[in-house]
Amino acid sequence: MKPTDINNPDFFHSVVDCQWACPAHTNVPEYIRLIAQGRYDDAYMVNRASNVFPGILGRTCDRPCEPACRRERVDGTPVAICRLKRVAADLKGDVSERLPKAPEVANGKRVACVGAGPASLTVANDLLPLGYEVVIFESSLKPGGLMRTNIPSFRLPEEVLDSEIESIVGMGAEMRYGSEITSMKQLLKEGYDALFVGSGAPRGKDLQLQGRRDGGEDRIHIGIDWLQSVAFEHTTEIGKRVLVIGVGNTAMDCCRTARRLGGKDVKIMARRPREYFKASPWELEDAEEEGIEIVVNHSPKRFVIEDGQLVAMEFEIVKWDEGATHSEVLETITIPCDDVILAIGQENAFTWIERDCGIEFGKWDMPVVDEITMESTLPGVYFGGDAAFGPKNIIWAVAHGHEAAISMHNHCQGIPVSDRPPVGMNLVSQKMGLIEWSYHNDYNPSARQQMTHVDLTKRFEDLSLEVELGFSAEQTAREVERCLNCDVEPVFRTQLCIECDACVDICPVQCLTITEDRDDEMDLRRFLTAPAVNLDEPLYISSKLAQTGRIMIKDENICVHCGLCAERCPTAAWNMEKFVLQLSYAGNSNNKGK
Amino acid sequence: MPSIRKPLIPLAPHATNALGLTVRDYEGTMSTLCAGCGHDSITAAIVQTFFELDTPPEQIAKLSGIGCSSKTPTYFVSGAHGFNSVHGRMPPIVTGANAANRSNIYIGISGDGDSLSIGTGHLVHAIRKNVNMVYIIENNGVYGLTKGQFSPTADVGSTTKRGVPNDVPPIDPVELALSLGASFVARSFSGDKRQLIPILKAAVEHHGFALIDVISPCIQFNNHQGSTKSYKYMREHELNEIDSVFLRSSAQITAELPADSKVSVTMHDGSVLMFRTLPEHYDPRDRNAAMNYIYQAKASGEIPTGLLYIDRELSDIHDLNQTVDEPLINLPLEKLCPGNSALVKFQESFR
Repeated sequence: MKPTDINNPDFFHSVVDCQWACPAHTNVPEYIRLIAQGRYDDAYMVNRASNVFPGILGRTCDRPCEPACRRERVDGTPVAICRLKRVAADLKGDVSERLPKAPEVANGKRVACVGAGPASLTVANDLLPLGYEVVIFESSLKPGGLMRTNIPSFRLPEEVLDSEIESIVGMGAEMRYGSEITSMKQLLKEGYDALFVGSGAPRGKDLQLQGRRDGGEDRIHIGIDWLQSVAFEHTTEIGKRVLVIGVGNTAMDCCRTARRLGGKDVKIMARRPREYFKASPWELEDAEEEGIEIVVNHSPKRFVIEDGQLVAMEFEIVKWDEGATHSEVLETITIPCDDVILAIGQENAFTWIERDCGIEFGKWDMPVVDEITMESTLPGVYFGGDAAFGPKNIIWAVAHGHEAAISMHNHCQGIPVSDRPPVGMNLVSQKMGLIEWSYHNDYNPSARQQMTHVDLTKRFEDLSLEVELGFSAEQTAREVERCLNCDVEPVFRTQLCIECDACVDICPVQCLTITEDRDDEMDLRRFLTAPAVNLDEPLYISSKLAQTGRIMIKDENICVHCGLCAERCPTAAWNMEKFVLQLSYAGNSNNKGK
Repeated sequence: MPSIRKPLIPLAPHATNALGLTVRDYEGTMSTLCAGCGHDSITAAIVQTFFELDTPPEQIAKLSGIGCSSKTPTYFVSGAHGFNSVHGRMPPIVTGANAANRSNIYIGISGDGDSLSIGTGHLVHAIRKNVNMVYIIENNGVYGLTKGQFSPTADVGSTTKRGVPNDVPPIDPVELALSLGASFVARSFSGDKRQLIPILKAAVEHHGFALIDVISPCIQFNNHQGSTKSYKYMREHELNEIDSVFLRSSAQITAELPADSKVSVTMHDGSVLMFRTLPEHYDPRDRNAAMNYIYQAKASGEIPTGLLYIDRELSDIHDLNQTVDEPLINLPLEKLCPGNSALVKFQESFR
């Protein structure tokens, strides 16, 4: 077998499952250790360097890191990464001195961003400290985009949103609120050195069924528009019986908001069975806890309008085949209701971009955007967030923003946008002495801590009352110890190994093997000490060992990073070394904010 | 807080044996031997052996004397009976225990010093009496606990860590056991579990005294250039001509094997074994041939390993003494101690 190339940062990075899964590659284990040490400011800054909005994301992130977490493979539940992020954000002191600042002298370049959502704000966060003049156009009167309009304040308090946005806007971004861009051609004429489109996917999908336009329009709402109208306090009440059509996180936000505005009997109506829901499992649980009924296998058929009033909705009860691709109708049922909220997805709306302005549009009438540089077919115009590849989530918008900022910087400085700053890594030995490591190497068997919620009765009194109370000090202390420190990695130096088997013998999960080299990986896997059940995780394969020509193999699937292999290695052929991914941002400033 | 405890990880698909135990259930406490010590590998092999043999931990008795080797019973099968004896006195303790309860599996762990200096007299008599036990000599050629002086198994010409050569001839435990009429003699190497585990299994199942001399490098004091018991030296000089495979006693399978050729036979567990005619000079049932083979290999500077000699017919200590079949603990008191009248009657029989 070809030995694993450990000089490529990708290998050790891929072992840190959470960081690898995070679109912005947040250094999760590092900030969890900092939280464990009570260094909340430092933990916050490590977070902010890559994901910009720790307080917001600590409450609302879609958490791609958690399903990836190694702990899930060990005891079935991932570390509560997202909520630990919130701990750092909630308990931090004044970090204003450590936040990036704009230089006194500008660099003479002007860039514009369309939309003041997370993608545009990330671009501003990266470019303002380099001396760029950043103009942000926002159609509404407040910044934040969907973070403000679509996420109810009982999940994301306004103060948190405002303070994290202010740390960027406060650097000197020129905010043009209430100014909707209606023509790309016009904007291009204004002479900006680069443009960023972070206008989101602002159009909620409608459901064109019989009865949709027969008089009940005032009680049939488009989910994201309705949430926005609640956020800006234009809507303050809703009927007692509410049907929410949709299975995504927006649907959950709609039904929970409806509960707070007077809805007593709120139902989620879904066509398909629960395992096909798009909403995160925890959001479903939160909704159900608030008494929301989730009704599956009900396909909307028509709106029932009587005397110009919405009175009910008709559904077909369907039965799905295995895999839920085909269904047959069992019966038709009418469910009376006062309001219907449609949360069946969002679309992009680029009516304001003239199709002859040089920006090419492709499939589904979406702009053609490079996945690495975020550049459109018109050099100097970049896309990010939901505007680039359709609806995703905040953390993706941040990741896009960072990449777009690099491109915009390159574009303005005459560097090819394809010229990406390098991604580096550092490996630092964590050995402090005999039986002494710089990290908590012991496996802690604690179970995942449960989030405490505000009492149900209190919840519905105030729309803005945050439901999740955050972890207590005790919960935090227990949860941080569940992290397996995947970034402190066993690193193997072949030339030092004397093949004494000490590491193989001590490994508590039997993830090490010394065996004869074989050409085929699947063949090789048969000879592992404990053949892996999960074939998705890579094998770390050494070059040939000096004494016998065999090879050392580490199955990355189940290693718990306890460091015992390194502890029992007489020659330090195995050593525990902290992997630090050195991401680059615009201006190639590694580890910004540290 | 740093830790060197081997944590119990609740990984879902841990293989279990016929008793429903995992391999972790056969472990002991964490080793305090030096990192890289060959003894720890032998410990791991013993753990694997008992796990795979489905041995109930409480049926195992582990005994030892004094030395690095003699610390190791602590590191395997916590649920077993144990006895840590005076230096070199493990064999008589096993003999006594074995006499009292013949149903246990006795495994004695000793070292080259414990067995071949202070305890030689006890070892030779345990072999002579064919005590039903597994006797492992963790052989590293030095006294590790006292910082690396030569032990009785150090080869002539091998050097200390500081470069001083040894000029006192060694005792070879394999030759010693063969000459004393031992019924099971094997040699292995701590760095070769593929060979050691089948030998251990055979030794556990063997009826009689099973001696296994395991070369086990001392990482601290005997793993340098000039050592003849280092990992490197063993890998260069180990002669392992016969692969060891352990098969549980089961219904007989017969196959025709034409002279000087090979044949594949499917075993009871579905595995396929390739049988080959033995090399002419090798027959593990022939004591003279075994001795010749060992002398020849030694003359050419090689260290023969494997199951070198086995005699499955030899009477063990219980057969020789015609002891009662039941372990003494299972005998009712009136049988175990029939009282004065029975004693008087017995004594009368000699008049």
